[in-house]
Amino acid sequence: MSQPVLEAREVSKHFPVRIGAGRTAVVRAVEDATLALQPGRIVALVGESGSGKTTLARLLARFYPPTSGEIRLRGKAVRGKERDYHRDVQLIFQDPFGSLNPLHRVRYNLERALRLHHGVRARAELNRRVLELLDRVSLSPADQFVDKFPHELSGGQRQRVVIARALAVEPKVLLGDEPISMLDVSIRLEMLNLLDRLRTEDGLALLYITHDIASARYLCDDIVVMYAGRMVEGGPKDDVIASPLHPYTKLLIDSSPDPDRIGGDRDALFDSTAEDLGEPPSLIDPPSGCRFHPRCPFAMDVCKTAVPPRTELPNGQWTHCWLQQEETR
Amino acid sequence: MRASLLTSWKVRFGLAVLGLFVLLAIFGPMLGSDPRANDISAIAEPPSRDHLLGTTQFGQDVLAQTIAGARGSMLVGILAAAIGTVIAIAVGVPAGYFGGAVDNGLNFLTNLFLVMPVLPLILIVAGYVQGTGLWVIALIIGLFGWSGGARTLRAQAMSLSNRDFVLAMRMLGEPHRRLIFAEVLPHLSGWISAMFLHGMIGGVMAEAGLAFLGISDSGSISWGTMIQSAQQQSAVLRGLWWWFVPPGLCIALIGTAATLVNFGVDELSNPKLRLARRSVVTRARLVPRRGEV
Repeated sequence: MSQPVLEAREVSKHFPVRIGAGRTAVVRAVEDATLALQPGRIVALVGESGSGKTTLARLLARFYPPTSGEIRLRGKAVRGKERDYHRDVQLIFQDPFGSLNPLHRVRYNLERALRLHHGVRARAELNRRVLELLDRVSLSPADQFVDKFPHELSGGQRQRVVIARALAVEPKVLLGDEPISMLDVSIRLEMLNLLDRLRTEDGLALLYITHDIASARYLCDDIVVMYAGRMVEGGPKDDVIASPLHPYTKLLIDSSPDPDRIGGDRDALFDSTAEDLGEPPSLIDPPSGCRFHPRCPFAMDVCKTAVPPRTELPNGQWTHCWLQQEETR
Repeated sequence: MRASLLTSWKVRFGLAVLGLFVLLAIFGPMLGSDPRANDISAIAEPPSRDHLLGTTQFGQDVLAQTIAGARGSMLVGILAAAIGTVIAIAVGVPAGYFGGAVDNGLNFLTNLFLVMPVLPLILIVAGYVQGTGLWVIALIIGLFGWSGGARTLRAQAMSLSNRDFVLAMRMLGEPHRRLIFAEVLPHLSGWISAMFLHGMIGGVMAEAGLAFLGISDSGSISWGTMIQSAQQQSAVLRGLWWWFVPPGLCIALIGTAATLVNFGVDELSNPKLRLARRSVVTRARLVPRRGEV
């Protein structure tokens, strides 16, 4: 495999919070996350709400510094000016209604990006490139959209403007923080196809964050599954979906609707255990050892005490689970 | 957005009254008679044909004085509001936007001014500063009256600067200065204009109050100095109502007008306060109810 363009190495992020008078606690939002993004490949980061997906994306976008671990851009640990970093890495927000200033026209957003990163000053040149960007995200006729305000656009059109703004920088990496979850179902596929096209045409490295395994399966090359701030499993998408190693991944895949699957299959997996599986743990006081052990139907004694190490399979799949560790031994 | 501001009768009325006073302050002294001229033949006269609002103890025309006082009071009100608003923006917005150490420092300053006993301090400062002209009075009122506004702006700026669109533009590489002025500040315009109007009422009132307490330039004429001299000549006891009612009424009118405009501004920034427009109400009435047809 070629060198990853953006890499997170065992990054952790802890947020201090105040609980009651004078007492503070630490939310362990992300712990020891390792992730690599290759040019022209799409990695999907899957997990339920509160599993640390967005925190990881924001760490990668350098909205805040990691508590430990490092982020590497083209093999070099990042530090220094944020603007240089953001020339290569851009993030697409989840909410297209919140990520455009309602007071600025479409044109303003794109022109600022072009001015700041490419020093384009000439009126005609700016105009040409703005229209070009809108065409690239299939907002056509582009000249009808440039002077619109966000409230005059639909959710899908806004998200296209947000993507166009990110593309104006000409980044190498695009981080999509649930870019389609706030959009109408009818236009989700178009957005996924747009992202796919950007990957093939520009060779962008894409991180696609979602809680929807179906869309991850449609779009991505690799899948990484997060649970309660830790990565539990990852690898090529077909292998992970067809033969998940970690019990959590199994549950996650089986809880997503699939018309091809026979009903009994689902019941067999869930039958008695499903009701008392409980909820994701508090990240202020996460369970010791494997964070999934209180809900895991296969939990052993060792799961409660020690964090499972990484087990790698020859096909590129990996997991953090004591079950696999026992088998390979 | 701007057009809808003018559809409310409150705003129209308020703006009309404010506009009238501003015009009076600018052009009034040109047309009226000299407010300082003493008409010895008419001392403490009630309203008459010669003196439409009567005369003072010193034979000065109350109407001319009220018109001249508009200039003084409006000057103090607008100047004090402008100074107060500028300081509130300069302190509150960076505190909310940057957070951290900047916030700690600026917020400390705000709290300090918030708990300071303003009136005694103004008395001391005014006594210390030589020559209390209207400009100095306005400066003092502005300097001591910004803290509440700064707190409001800080809270708003704090919530705004964590909104996605600000983060997105920051990620684009916008410098802080531009983020504050192009992304955050425009969203505060409703708050700022409301604060300015509020400051203006406060400025006019504070000037009158200070003048009443004797802190003013005895040479200049404002509504406050008028009321003060009426008080000194015990106009209330002697029943010279035409001396103190006009300036008092003017202060009340300006306060009402500014408040009415503020209602309109509030409706802009908080649509839930908005009443249904008449056209909407009639249209809704015209739609026949189901079952009645």
